[in-house]
Amino acid sequence: MLDVLAALLSLVGLADAVYLTVEHLTGRSVRCTAIAGCSEVLSSSYATIGPVPLAALGALAYFTVFSLATLAAFGYAAARKLLVALVAGMCAMSLWLLFVQAFIIRHFCQYCLLSLAVTLSLTAIVIIGRMLQRAVRNR
Amino acid sequence: MKRLLPVIIIVVVLLIMLGGGALLMRTPQPESARPALSTATPTQRVVPRDNQPVHFKGRLDAPVQLEEFGDYQCPPCGIFHPIAQRVLAQYGDRLRFSFRNFPLPKIHKFAAEAARAAEAAGQQGKFWEMHDLLYEQQQEWSKGEAARPFFLKYAQQLGLDVNRFTQDIDGAVAGMRVAQDDNLAQARGVTGTPTLFLNGREVPFEQMMDYDKLHVAIEAALAGKS
Repeated sequence: MLDVLAALLSLVGLADAVYLTVEHLTGRSVRCTAIAGCSEVLSSSYATIGPVPLAALGALAYFTVFSLATLAAFGYAAARKLLVALVAGMCAMSLWLLFVQAFIIRHFCQYCLLSLAVTLSLTAIVIIGRMLQRAVRNR
Repeated sequence: MKRLLPVIIIVVVLLIMLGGGALLMRTPQPESARPALSTATPTQRVVPRDNQPVHFKGRLDAPVQLEEFGDYQCPPCGIFHPIAQRVLAQYGDRLRFSFRNFPLPKIHKFAAEAARAAEAAGQQGKFWEMHDLLYEQQQEWSKGEAARPFFLKYAQQLGLDVNRFTQDIDGAVAGMRVAQDDNLAQARGVTGTPTLFLNGREVPFEQMMDYDKLHVAIEAALAGKS
């Protein structure tokens, strides 16, 4: 059940990351808008790693989470282990990006915050899943 | 079949992701919150022709009218500036290029002051000279703690009466001019900068930022008029 929830949640993150990637590739991401600090965040040097937009890496990560969670839901135990490692990495990355937005760029982008919420929720799901697994084993 | 099901689900999601991404790439502009007028596509706004811009280059009644809503501190506006200059150099009197202030002070702390600086220079007949300098030197004045010393330096470079310029930056006339443009931007549903209108129709962002694409749009507008 938790795997299904993780898969569904990752779709939200995936849609968000694909949208940001497209905005980046079409150049629209740098457009200033009156409503938020998105342009400041997305046109900053932190929005890319070399020539690769961070959003594209995010999309890849969310797609991998979706794939692993789907496989786990169908009983592939190895997929769950990989899922835990991946989500832990994504959580660390998201927290770093939150730090960058808050203290370095000093602007927030709502799409990045949505991604953070999704990743934190995924982390919570993975932790709950691990705890439940242990509880079942200890019985 | 059951073993294949997760793979099928994953492939379907992958295809949806790629298809959705491709579809988004083709979408010319984020949809406006305001309803478009009947002759416009949903992503483009058509506005009444305005024949009285305060600051324009080219010929007032030219067949092609370009109007930029810009913020001097906005990086993409700085990127668009040389594109606009190239357009002006190529088309000369065959078009009218006008500039409207739309500073976004929430995200650019010196934008409103820069707009007033351009207007103050305009009161001494050097609007476009200051306009060009503000865009060309954007990196210099927009990064520090205060932009005013840079504006004064530019005023001096342009041979303006600096005392008068200093007064005019904070004066009612410059403030009113910026506010007028700002109101016009709001009325037209402009939400970001740079926004460019070609004969009253908003040019999609990726088109305005690419000289070749903008050139095609201008040629089409010229052909339509001849």
